[in-house]
Amino acid sequence: MKKIHVQMTLNGEETEFLCEPRQSLLEVLRDVVGYTGTKEGCLTGDCGACSVIMDGRPTDSCLVLGVEAEGKEITTVEGLADGDTLHPLQKKFLEHAALQCGICTPGFLVTSKALLDRNPNPTEHEIRYALAGNLCRCTGYDKIVRAVQDAASEMQGR
Amino acid sequence: MAAQQERKFKVIGTRPIRHDGADKVTGRAQYGADIDLAGLLHGKTLRSPHAHANIKSIDTSAAEALPGVKAVITAQDLPNIEPGMAQMGELPVNPQHMSLNCIARDKVVYDGHVVAAVAATSPHIAEEALKLIKVDYEVLPHVQNVMDAMNDDAPIVLPGLGKGDDGEPKDTNVANHVQFERGDIAAGFAAAEVVVEREFDTSMVHQGYIEPHNSVAQYSSDGQSTIWVSTQGAFTARDQTAMVLDMPASKIKVIPAEIGGGFGGKIPVYFEPISLILSKKTGKPVKMVMSRAEVLKATGPTPGSHIKVKMGADKDGKITAAEVWMAYEAGGFPGSPVGAGCMTVITPYDIENLKIDGYDVLVNKPKTAAYRAPGSTNASMGSETVIDELAEKLGIDPLEFRRINGAKEGTAQPAGPKFGQIGYLETVEAAKTSDHFKSAVPQVEGRRVGRGVASGFWFNAGFQSSATVAINSDGTANVVTGSTDIGGTRTSCAMIAAEVLGLAAEEVHPVVADTESIGHTDMTGGSRVTFATGTAVYEAAQDVLIQLKDRAAKSWKVEADKVTFQDGVFTCTANGNESMTLKELSGKLPRTGGPVTGRASVNPRGVGPAFATHVVDVAVDEETGKVDILRYTAVQDVGTAIHPSYVEGQMQGGVAQGVGWALSEEYVYGDDGRLQNAGFLDYRMPTCLDLPMIETVLVEVPNPGHPVGVRGVGEVPIIPPPAAIANAIYSATGVRMAELPMSPPRLCKAILEKTG
Repeated sequence: MKKIHVQMTLNGEETEFLCEPRQSLLEVLRDVVGYTGTKEGCLTGDCGACSVIMDGRPTDSCLVLGVEAEGKEITTVEGLADGDTLHPLQKKFLEHAALQCGICTPGFLVTSKALLDRNPNPTEHEIRYALAGNLCRCTGYDKIVRAVQDAASEMQGR
Repeated sequence: MAAQQERKFKVIGTRPIRHDGADKVTGRAQYGADIDLAGLLHGKTLRSPHAHANIKSIDTSAAEALPGVKAVITAQDLPNIEPGMAQMGELPVNPQHMSLNCIARDKVVYDGHVVAAVAATSPHIAEEALKLIKVDYEVLPHVQNVMDAMNDDAPIVLPGLGKGDDGEPKDTNVANHVQFERGDIAAGFAAAEVVVEREFDTSMVHQGYIEPHNSVAQYSSDGQSTIWVSTQGAFTARDQTAMVLDMPASKIKVIPAEIGGGFGGKIPVYFEPISLILSKKTGKPVKMVMSRAEVLKATGPTPGSHIKVKMGADKDGKITAAEVWMAYEAGGFPGSPVGAGCMTVITPYDIENLKIDGYDVLVNKPKTAAYRAPGSTNASMGSETVIDELAEKLGIDPLEFRRINGAKEGTAQPAGPKFGQIGYLETVEAAKTSDHFKSAVPQVEGRRVGRGVASGFWFNAGFQSSATVAINSDGTANVVTGSTDIGGTRTSCAMIAAEVLGLAAEEVHPVVADTESIGHTDMTGGSRVTFATGTAVYEAAQDVLIQLKDRAAKSWKVEADKVTFQDGVFTCTANGNESMTLKELSGKLPRTGGPVTGRASVNPRGVGPAFATHVVDVAVDEETGKVDILRYTAVQDVGTAIHPSYVEGQMQGGVAQGVGWALSEEYVYGDDGRLQNAGFLDYRMPTCLDLPMIETVLVEVPNPGHPVGVRGVGEVPIIPPPAAIANAIYSATGVRMAELPMSPPRLCKAILEKTG
């Protein structure tokens, strides 16, 4: 199948790739560009493991075609830390033990970042609402919600 | 935290950052599907659309001709495994069934059963090739309900499964019957003031790990094979693959990748043998990753069941007799956890007269696998709601009723053995005095609210584990184990070593090794890792300590018994009070005899059983039948909590799975025998909007069978939720639910039936 040339901004870097029209953005990220931090859980947009931020919006990358990334700004879990300094969300996920197996963690971190970017001071309900598209089977969500609350507080300088 | 103060632990009981944490929050951690190798091919499987059919022929020629396709296999490419039993660890397994579940040979026994596999240069080409494979099926009548399957005229899933009176093979779907009996139940029921008898139906549910099954295999021309896989047990995966492919286990090396959840479902092999055969046939590494539909259709689930519970109690609330009858769906091959169901169903209680019958029954559904306290959650839905009803009829508080009957040290379990030191009554007491239980049920406008409680028991496992501990020249230590880490066990093992060696948790580096780099270690399951592998790590660290004391003695030129060790410092009691830190001694190892490595291989018997008691408040919308969890508290005897955050996490995660089982999760099959909800949209697991914060109360009754008091903690928290929620629904609405899940349509129907 003939491949198409696509240019996007990935974690702040101009990135170009060739992909087949049928390849999802998730497949492109993982198998073409080599960023495997974004995970596949269902391929139907139900679990959120493949969440990325696309032009500011949390997006299931399994539901986006690679060619649709043309001209878009994409942030994946690999783009959260500043060098070797973890993002407050990453730090708080570790401090609160908000991950067990860790497979859903990249999706939760990315979706949480998109939430805090647009609502720096969310209530518990707003956090739960924003994260309802991300499934975690290990934690019961308690520690995840607390980690996001704590990260929000820290980022607000409280 | 009484145990911690008593023993003065320095590391155990603290909450360090997990060692694999940074990798897992930055996306660097490598799971099975992340593995990439030069020349990698992608494998896909063709699956049966029928619940029950004979395979008359398979034509793969068109698929083989598709450009990019490198190999197509069917069962004919695997050895035909003869019937018989083999040992895997301590468990008897049937290699023939294992093989036939990986790929069907003559017949398919469930919707989604693998019949062929393709390796191609891309996953898309492999998928296209599947469409070109022609399978001629002779469709057979199927049976999917456990009670129907026990009827004499039921379609037979596997012929000749049973044995007739003449010793000859007999057609039946009943693969096994387990029975425990003691006392005189007729006399017991006669002595009862109140008897409650009810029947329950529970649906098949899935473990629901977010990471689909995967396997990357490389067959080498010298006959050695390597498999990278997300598995609960590297050795278990190796041994099963060897059985299915009839090859020596030593020819296979399994490198455990990070694992994205398992809950029991990633103990069996599925793609490991198939990817290896595809690799052998193509000479290339082959990666296989399941789709979510494949995961739901053909891996994991835990049985649906039909359960009858009859219990009686005298006017003082003492249970006088219990009779339990349970039939579990094994799936297409024998092996449901009905035995474990029988061992756990009324085990929190001291009951003199009892009879428990359990049947393992084949149905045309996927072969069931372990799921967190396998067999116990659905069984306890029956027993714990009947107990609630008994208590209500006698006018006794349900926690008080449990206190009156609760098992303690010396109580004989239904299966026979007497309990050692256990903490069941402590969990009941802690539930009673919890902030939750002492507070009123929150009121919600327009809803009926209620509170329920329930308990659970899980025996936990021991099994085999190996560990090595090596001292680095900078005074830190490496801990190597063979236990894949699903929920933070790497860190709990490192903390145990750190405690022994007087190091900080961060100064110990835990490694999960492949099958050629550590001694045999059984799977991560049975809540056993921190207990059994933790024991191996403890003993290996003690071994290190003995060697280090010897080295310190050498450098001081005294006998080893003149050296003491405390808080990371060696002290010589012979000549003054000379002392040396572990760090200083580590630098001297090359000059005192070389490196120091401790090792231990164990099969510890001092398993500490786990008990939990949960309290839940619910709000019921009587119009829609929707249940909201308002407040949830899980109380559990966890033994010594090594890393309390991850213990709490196990409890909270178990509760969440139990809530899903209780309210929304179920396998829905059509009349055609096909699974109708093979996706996360329709197989409805709880999201974070469906749950409140989950409060935890850790009761720490140390397990005397473990060097630092560890009990398994992972499984028991899934057991109480369905019964606790059912009891809360009753308290809210007056409706006794006897079906799982208690989904809106079912609850609505029950409410309408009651109100007329």
